[in-house]
Amino acid sequence: MTSVDKAGAAETLERAPRRGRVRKGAPLPLLLPALIGLAFLLVPLVALLVRAPWRSLPDLLTSTEVWQALQLSLVCATAATAVSLVVGVPLAWLLARVEFPGRGLVRALVTLPLVLPPVVGGVALLMALGRNGVVGQWLDSWFGITLPFTTTGVIVAEAFVAMPFLVISVEGTLRAADPRYEEAATTLGASRFTAFRRVTLPLIAPGIAAGAVLAWARALGEFGATITFAGNFPGRTQTMPLAVYLALQNDPDAAIALSLVLLAVSIAVLAGLRDRWMTAS
Amino acid sequence: MTHTEKMRHRATATPGSEGLDARLVVQRGSFRLDVALTAAPGDVVALLGPNGAGKTTALRALAGLTPLTGGHLRLDGTELDRMPPESRPVGVVFQDYLLFPHLSALDNVAFGLRCHGAPKAEARAQAAEWLDHMGLADHAGSKPRRLSGGQAQRVALARALATRPRLLLLDEPLAALDARTRLEVRARLRRHLAEFEAVAVLVTHDPLDAMVLADHLVVIEDGRVVQEGAPPDIARHPRTDYIAHLVGLNLYRGEAEGHTVRVDRGPEVTTTEELTGPVFVAFPPSAVTLYRDRPTGSSARNLWHCEVTGLETNGDQVRADLTGPLRLAADLTTVAATELELHPGATVWAAVKAAQTHAYPA
Repeated sequence: MTSVDKAGAAETLERAPRRGRVRKGAPLPLLLPALIGLAFLLVPLVALLVRAPWRSLPDLLTSTEVWQALQLSLVCATAATAVSLVVGVPLAWLLARVEFPGRGLVRALVTLPLVLPPVVGGVALLMALGRNGVVGQWLDSWFGITLPFTTTGVIVAEAFVAMPFLVISVEGTLRAADPRYEEAATTLGASRFTAFRRVTLPLIAPGIAAGAVLAWARALGEFGATITFAGNFPGRTQTMPLAVYLALQNDPDAAIALSLVLLAVSIAVLAGLRDRWMTAS
Repeated sequence: MTHTEKMRHRATATPGSEGLDARLVVQRGSFRLDVALTAAPGDVVALLGPNGAGKTTALRALAGLTPLTGGHLRLDGTELDRMPPESRPVGVVFQDYLLFPHLSALDNVAFGLRCHGAPKAEARAQAAEWLDHMGLADHAGSKPRRLSGGQAQRVALARALATRPRLLLLDEPLAALDARTRLEVRARLRRHLAEFEAVAVLVTHDPLDAMVLADHLVVIEDGRVVQEGAPPDIARHPRTDYIAHLVGLNLYRGEAEGHTVRVDRGPEVTTTEELTGPVFVAFPPSAVTLYRDRPTGSSARNLWHCEVTGLETNGDQVRADLTGPLRLAADLTTVAATELELHPGATVWAAVKAAQTHAYPA
C-alpha cells in the first residue's frame, strides 16, 4: 500500500462512523422513533439525577429508616437468591436433562411468574401460605410457622418472583453445555449426582452466576408481591421499593435519595452482568 | 475355514470366562445394529466402517451409554448388560477426548480414581505416575485448552487407563489430529495398546489406523458385520466394495468356472486360480495397463475398451477411473498419462494379466 493510499484510508476511517451510519443504515422513519424511544428511556433517569437533593443527600441516606430499609432489602434479596439457587438449579437441570411427560407444560408453569403481575403472585401466596392458606394452615398448626407479614414472608415473596429468572438462565446454559461431559464422567465411575456436582456445575458456573445476579436484582426491586404478602412494616418487611413509595407521599426528597441508591445498585449489577456475559461467551 | 466358521472358532476359543463376548443389538428407529464381538485379553479389535455404519453406537453400547435392545454383553464372565456405565470396568477415550476443561491434566486423570474411592492425595499421586508414563509429567498442571492435540489424547488415554479397566474403548482416537502429529501419536498409541493387558476396542473409519493399531478387524456396514479377520487377510481378500476401496483394490463378484470368472453384469475375467461357484476377483490398480489403440502383441487375457471418467494426481502417480464393461481404477505414471493423452471422456484399452488377478470364494 502506498503512503497516499494510507492517508486516504485513514481519512475514510475517521469520517466513516458518523456520516456512514446515518446515510446508509438508518432511514428517517426508523431513526426518529428510535431516538424518541431512547430519550423516553433515558430522560426519567436523567431527571432523577437533576432533581436529586445532592446537598441534603448525606443526611437523608444516613437516617435510620433508610439504613433499615436498605439492610432489609439486601438481606432479603440475598436470601431469596440463595433459596432460588438451592431449588432453582436442580429444577433447571431437571428441565434441561430429564425427559418426562409434560415437560413443556412444566417449563411454561415455571416461567409463569415472569409474566404474572406481582400483586397476583402476592395474593396467590396468601392463598397458599397465609394463615388459612392451603398449605399455610398446616404450617401454622403443626409447626407454629406463620409466613405472611414477616421478614421470612418477604423472602418467600421475592423468591417466588425472582426464581424463574434463575431457572431460565441456568436451563439455557445447561442446554448449551455438552452433555457428553457428564457421560465421560460416568464412564470414569461417577454417579449421575457426582457427575453433576464435579463436572456440570463448574462448567455452567458462569450461567448460574448470571442467573443469580438477575434473580437478585429482580428480588431487590420486588414491590407488588412483597406488599401484598408481607405488608409494609418498617424494619420488618419494609424493603427499599416500599420505602420509596411511602416516602414519596410525605418526603419526596427522601424518595429521590432512596431511588438513587437503587439506581446505583442496578447500574452496578448491569456492569457486573456484562462482564459475566463477556467471559461466558 | 469360512468366514462364519472362523467367527465361531474365535467365540469358542474364549468360552465366556476371560475377555469380551458380546452380541450388541440396538434398534433405533429404522436403524438396527447387530454386531457380534469376541476378544481375548490383550486383543486390540478395530471396528472399521463408513460414517453412519453404527460403529460409535456399538462403542456406546459397550460403555453402557446406549442401552442394548437385545443380545448379550459379557466381560471376563460377568454380565454387563444391565449394569449402569459408572459400575462397568470400562474406560473410554472419546473422539474429541472430552477432557474436563475446568480441571488440570492431573485432576482429569485423578477424577476416575477419586470416583472409585481413592483418597485425594493417593489419587493425585497415581495420576502423576500415569502422566509421567505418558511422557506428560511437565504438563500435569496444565488445563486441557493449553495442551496440543497429541498431548490431550495422551491425557485422555491416561484418564481412561487410570481406573484399570478390563475393557478399553477408543472412539476415533486419531481423528482430531492433523496429519503430521497423527503419525507420531499413532506409533505411541500402538505402544500403549500393546502393553495394555485387557481387551481394547477401537472405532475408526481410517483403514490405516485400524491396520496399524489392531490385530483383529471387524468391518461394519449398515449395522452389520460384513467381514472380520486379521488386517492382512482383509486387505488381501476384501468382500465388499467399501473395503476394496479402502485398501485400493478393484473388486468384483462373479461366478467362477475353471480359470474364468463371469463377473455379475459384466465380462469374463481370466484368473490363475481354478475355482467353481460364487467368487470374488480382485486386482490392484497398478496391475492395469492402458493402451490408446488395441494392443496386438499383448499377452494379457483380460482386455477391455473403457472410457476415462476421472483423473486424480497423487505425487508422480495418476489414478484413472474408467467405465466400460467393468468399472475399474488404474494407476499409471504422469509420464505415461501424458503420452496417452488421458482426459475425461478419452477412450482407452485396459489390460490386466491373469497372474495379477486374485480370485477367492465368496
